[in-house]
Amino acid sequence: MSDTHAHTVAYVRDTMLPPEVPPAAERGVIRWMRANLFSSWFNVLLTILGLAVLWSLLAGILPWFWNSVWVADSLSECREIRDALHGTGEEVSSACMAVITERWNQLLFGFYPQDLYWRPVAALIVFLAALGPVLFASVPRRLVWFTAAAPFLMYWLLWGGSIGGPLAVALGFAAAWGAFVLGSRFSGALAATIGAIVVPLLYWLLLTGPVAGLIGAVIPIELQFVPSKDFGGFMLSFIIGVAGIILSLPLGILLALGRQSNLFIINKCSIAFIEVFRGVPLIVWLLTASLLLNYFLPPGSNFDLMLRVIILVTLFAAAYLAEVVRGGLAALPRGQYEAADALGLDYWKAQRLIIMPQALKISIPGIVNTFIGLFKDTTLVVFIGLLDPIGMSNAIRADTSWQGINWELFVFIGLLFFICCFSMSRYSQHLERRLRTDHS
Amino acid sequence: MADTAMETGTGAAAMKVSDEVAIQITDMNKWYGDFHVLRDINLTVYQGERIVICGPSGSGKSTLIRCINRLEEHQKGQIVVDGIELSNDLKNIDKIRSEVGMVFQHFNLFPHLTILENCTLAPIWVRKTPRKEAEERAMHFLTKVKIPEQADKYPGQLSGGQQQRVAIARSLCMMPRIMLFDEPTSALDPEMIKEVLDTMIELAEEGMTMLVVTHEMGFAQAVANRVIFMDQGQIVEQNEPREFFNNPQSDRTKLFLSQILGH
Ligand SMILES: Nc1ncnc2c1ncn2[C@@H]1O[C@H](COP(=O)(O)OP(=O)(O)OP(=O)(O)O)[C@@H](O)[C@H]1O
Ligand SMILES: [Mg+2]
Repeated sequence: MSDTHAHTVAYVRDTMLPPEVPPAAERGVIRWMRANLFSSWFNVLLTILGLAVLWSLLAGILPWFWNSVWVADSLSECREIRDALHGTGEEVSSACMAVITERWNQLLFGFYPQDLYWRPVAALIVFLAALGPVLFASVPRRLVWFTAAAPFLMYWLLWGGSIGGPLAVALGFAAAWGAFVLGSRFSGALAATIGAIVVPLLYWLLLTGPVAGLIGAVIPIELQFVPSKDFGGFMLSFIIGVAGIILSLPLGILLALGRQSNLFIINKCSIAFIEVFRGVPLIVWLLTASLLLNYFLPPGSNFDLMLRVIILVTLFAAAYLAEVVRGGLAALPRGQYEAADALGLDYWKAQRLIIMPQALKISIPGIVNTFIGLFKDTTLVVFIGLLDPIGMSNAIRADTSWQGINWELFVFIGLLFFICCFSMSRYSQHLERRLRTDHS
Repeated sequence: MADTAMETGTGAAAMKVSDEVAIQITDMNKWYGDFHVLRDINLTVYQGERIVICGPSGSGKSTLIRCINRLEEHQKGQIVVDGIELSNDLKNIDKIRSEVGMVFQHFNLFPHLTILENCTLAPIWVRKTPRKEAEERAMHFLTKVKIPEQADKYPGQLSGGQQQRVAIARSLCMMPRIMLFDEPTSALDPEMIKEVLDTMIELAEEGMTMLVVTHEMGFAQAVANRVIFMDQGQIVEQNEPREFFNNPQSDRTKLFLSQILGH
């Protein structure tokens, strides 16, 4: 520091400046519009072009929807009502939403008995309530017991029959848990894992029938049975989609772990499974489900088609999820595994408490992407004769009174799917925000 | 070795070293593929001893201490920790790991858990300590490393020095009999190194058995009973600190010390 500058450099602030509001031009709508819409000539041009496109789209769609006819018995009646309102002269575009008000029950429930509609609705309420403890941190943890029981309750509400069936199936999970606990007490973690897979499978294949009969005899509670062939409409898609989503996530995680495993057999089996299921189109698997699966199962087990579809959709999605989760696992630094090991956590505890929470968090966008794909792909079941919303709409359009109607049905079905997929997307964003721990 | 260390102690607080063996390594060898990283390692560590391991980069220091809690597997020889021999028996490995704490260069805290949860996780899930007790103990050790007020934050919100002190507290919560440190300060800014070293010195004064890989020679002089110099996968020289620094025997040690203390 030279002498000449010494007296100008020394400086001590004695009053601190209070924070101020930014100048007016830097705030609010005007600033936003100038920055985002009119920042340059090119941008102005794009803005005008965009507005024009938006205008022409809305000009086509809004009147169509606005002039909708909501009550009519057939497409021709719709046309008559429209002409009566707007005159026959020029073609006025008008939606015939009457097809929805007339046939909503088929689009939603297929051929499920009308007087039993309360059961799928109750199942939906159970489903939404069961989601609470899983999806939202603010719901008390203890309610997961309800969530664990919900699938069996929903099954019973939807299909009905004796309460013995779902209870007997639920016992299989208890058997798995018992096998795991006994296995890990009396031998290693590997034996426990194998036991937890083999014991319930054997039980389900061999014992569920008799056990269900026994429980049914002891607790004679019964709902009217509804066969799967009566299921249809959006309800069918929703059941297949939700069941696939819930079942495929744990399976996908196990496959991802299997693919990372050092155990030769498990590693190779996981890779083979993933590659085979991912490499063959879903529609082929669905046709397999409808035609071939009976040959592979033990004789006498007459597997319901819907159940078969759920299984194959689950396996298909699990293969995708396994790869998504593997990506999350690969993104974790090795130090996390080492720290877990150094603290003495065994493999499963380390996975459950340290590795998976982080790997899944990283994989959320990919997982939700797969879920959304799975959900929409359920519409492919129309090709094996299940009456999902597309199948129902085909049936409705084959009816003479609604022949020629297209858009109204597809808009309605599209909207149903969009609501579900958009909810998943929004929830995943909420979850990502909630799980962020790197800022205050 | 332990006896000489006691006689010529450098004056750090309590220099009591028992005759009880904490770690016994005999003729241990390790290879990475064809690469012979550790060659004929023989080392006895007594309960309460503080050992500093130094040596040039790639000499196998990390590998050596990582073999002690089986983060790396050795192929030949024997490692006995607290009377238990390290073998492929998973039960033994888990037992040893819960007795041996480890602090890493890059902290390796669990970023999805709060500081308190980082500290209570292993006691709860490995030691089956009741949650309340585990939390009390965690707060005790967090107070000891001087960051009790950060207990509800996440690791990402703490400075490097604070994170490393949490990592030390996390290990201590398992009540280990032995602590391993792998370059605990080398990822830290200079002003944070001191706070971590102070924590470690305090730990040493309480009589914890410690193996520390570090280049902080001041720390070695202040608390070590013994300094070990490694090169090319071998223990080249070991001595009590004053002798080691003032009167190194091997040429490699001299060269290393001149490089590390020279500037
Ligand atoms: N997983 C591994 N596979 C193959 N070689 C490895 C592996 N880990 C370490 N090595 C090699 O083993 C040697 C010893 O590594 P180590 O990490 O023990 O050295 P270090 O003394 O701790 O060095 P530094 O001071 O840089 O940490 C190095 O040459 C390194 O390249
Ligand atoms: Mg190292």
